[in-house]
Amino acid sequence: MSLLVDDKTHQDPQAQIGGDHRIPDQSRAARTRSFDVDAFGVPTGREEEWRFTPVDRLAGLFSDTATDDRAGDAAAEFAVRASEEVSVATLAPGQAPRGTVLVPEDRGAAVASANTPEALHLAIAADAELAQPVRVDVAGRGAGRRSNAHVVLEAGAHSKALVILDHTGAADHTGNLEVLVGDGADVTVVSLQRWDDEALHLAQHEALVGRDAKYKHIAVSIGGGIVRMNSNVRYAGPGGDATLLGVYFADAGQHLEHRSFVDHNAPRCTSLVTYKGALQGDTARTVWVGDVLIRAEAEGIDTYELNRNLVLTDGARADSVPNLEIETGDIAGAGHASSTGRFDDEQLFYLMSRGITEDEARRLVVRGFFADIVAKIGVPEVVETLMTAIEEELSLTMGRTPAA
Amino acid sequence: MTTLEIKNLQVSVETEDSAKEILKGVDLTINSGETHAIMGPNGSGKSTLAYAIAGHPKYTVTGGQVLLDGEDVLAMGVDERAQAGLFLAMQYPVEVPGVTVSNFLRTAKTSIDGEAPKLRHWVKDVKVAMESLRMDPAFAERNVNEGFSGGEKKRHEILQMELIEPKIAILDETDSGLDVDALKVVSEGVNRVKDKTGLGVMLITHYTRILRYIQPDYVHVFVNGRVAESGGRDLADRLEEEGYDRFLTAGV
Ligand SMILES: Nc1ncnc2c1ncn2[C@@H]1O[C@H](COP(=O)(O)OP(=O)(O)OP(=O)(O)O)[C@@H](O)[C@H]1O
Ligand SMILES: [Mg+2]
Repeated sequence: MSLLVDDKTHQDPQAQIGGDHRIPDQSRAARTRSFDVDAFGVPTGREEEWRFTPVDRLAGLFSDTATDDRAGDAAAEFAVRASEEVSVATLAPGQAPRGTVLVPEDRGAAVASANTPEALHLAIAADAELAQPVRVDVAGRGAGRRSNAHVVLEAGAHSKALVILDHTGAADHTGNLEVLVGDGADVTVVSLQRWDDEALHLAQHEALVGRDAKYKHIAVSIGGGIVRMNSNVRYAGPGGDATLLGVYFADAGQHLEHRSFVDHNAPRCTSLVTYKGALQGDTARTVWVGDVLIRAEAEGIDTYELNRNLVLTDGARADSVPNLEIETGDIAGAGHASSTGRFDDEQLFYLMSRGITEDEARRLVVRGFFADIVAKIGVPEVVETLMTAIEEELSLTMGRTPAA
Repeated sequence: MTTLEIKNLQVSVETEDSAKEILKGVDLTINSGETHAIMGPNGSGKSTLAYAIAGHPKYTVTGGQVLLDGEDVLAMGVDERAQAGLFLAMQYPVEVPGVTVSNFLRTAKTSIDGEAPKLRHWVKDVKVAMESLRMDPAFAERNVNEGFSGGEKKRHEILQMELIEPKIAILDETDSGLDVDALKVVSEGVNRVKDKTGLGVMLITHYTRILRYIQPDYVHVFVNGRVAESGGRDLADRLEEEGYDRFLTAGV
């Protein structure tokens, strides 16, 4: 009777058959990393890491093309709001700390890097505790217009900050985010994807977590035709704590893909990965791939990753793939859970048998599904934005027949 | 004064390959203030009767009628039946992750009454009802039925009944899985609602012990999808002594 009937993870038939399409398993650590766009071929969809993505719709973002800025008319408008403790400047390619943490891991990220002559550099002074969030609003100014971005966030030792990246409008956007979390710092990054339907977005968010530092990355994907975000973490020393959260809600025609990679390369660090998503409508599609690598030197670490998907209507499909590579037995804990479930009619019946209307009952169940991750987010304004978006999404399907 | 009339009710359940007939013509009338005990062997269709009245989508009514004060219950949606005054305390209450008891109760009450309850009274009502059912206040902030013990789930069902104040309640084995103290507490709850609102009760049970606390006006023996015999309290005692053999052989 639980909400989530543990379904088997979807198996790609191609992968089971083998043959041409099968890319041999390799360690996550062995993936190509390069600033050179040509180090990555244009994805065909047969590559392991692109097999879920509708690459045919992404040709524009794979082409090594400058941002489509015109006189007085940027492809995407960037508005930065930050208090005085934050220095706002730019970094050229190769100008440290740019490139010290983020090395592109796929073609989209390499294109973004190569075509961003001036990366936005946000530096938070050591020991500064920001009372207000730093905001970077990215407003796409037209579907199909190429937009490349690279943001470097450098949080000094023992600083405390919340940074919100908010994507709206439409563009063909490749966006990199490079985060240096200083020793003992406490940094939360929120990336909101509130794009219009036509927007396409590829992203690599890469963080290096300092000694005894805390890093929280929260991906909230509601809008956009295609969103594919990689949220990656490594550690600069022991004692680091990383929390990668994601919430997504896909409608008909949307492809929302989230990939996370926690590289446990230092001892006594922790990581918690939690992504939850709902899907509704024909061809609504979500993908979660959670990679965790526990290297030999990562003694005493603790990691857990979880993905849950709630399929609200027929025709939607969620893929969920946890990958755990363990190179040392000397760890505190490592686990994962992943499931995709349909809307539970028994819950609906129970609530309705108490007089609650079907629409209200569905709202309760969906809100309930997200309740634990919403509590983990802990940023009131983000929670509010998210809950409003969920209500709006739900009001779209009210009155439709539930998944059988 | 409310009357629930069940007339020649026939119900089947969808199985993998065919529809299976379970209720084969049930006749029963329950008035406000009356308590009808339904006793019968496992699999005889008691829960099916309860679910069919509540409108569970798994059960298909193939014949007969259910009327609440003359209104066609079978034409109503599940939520409308509850709004009309029917309540089902389930044999296996469902877990609803992420929805707190307090939010659930308030939402249910609002839906039944058509308006939100006055906050001050409501908070007090919930508190009092929980206290009298000996439920820890912490339950209010737990998720509906999640991790509740069997007995806690049953108390939670009766808590809902006390707060919703239905006209007719069907209690499907509410006594099963309760220890002696809990049985008393839950029975007192049912009696409180009966005294206060004149609730009519259909009490499905396997045991006469609950009938020591909740006095039945009628006892019905339910066998093979229909009421095989009706009587008073003494019929229950006889059943406890003799079992259902007499009906099972006669029914074939
Ligand atoms: N979904 C279903 N598929 C197949 N058979 C079903 C289904 N639901 C109920 N039944 C059958 O219908 C019959 C009546 O079940 P029901 O639960 O109403 O019995 P009951 O009298 O409440 O029994 P108990 O005393 O054990 O609670 C049983 O034989 C049961 O197996
Ligand atoms: Mg039963």
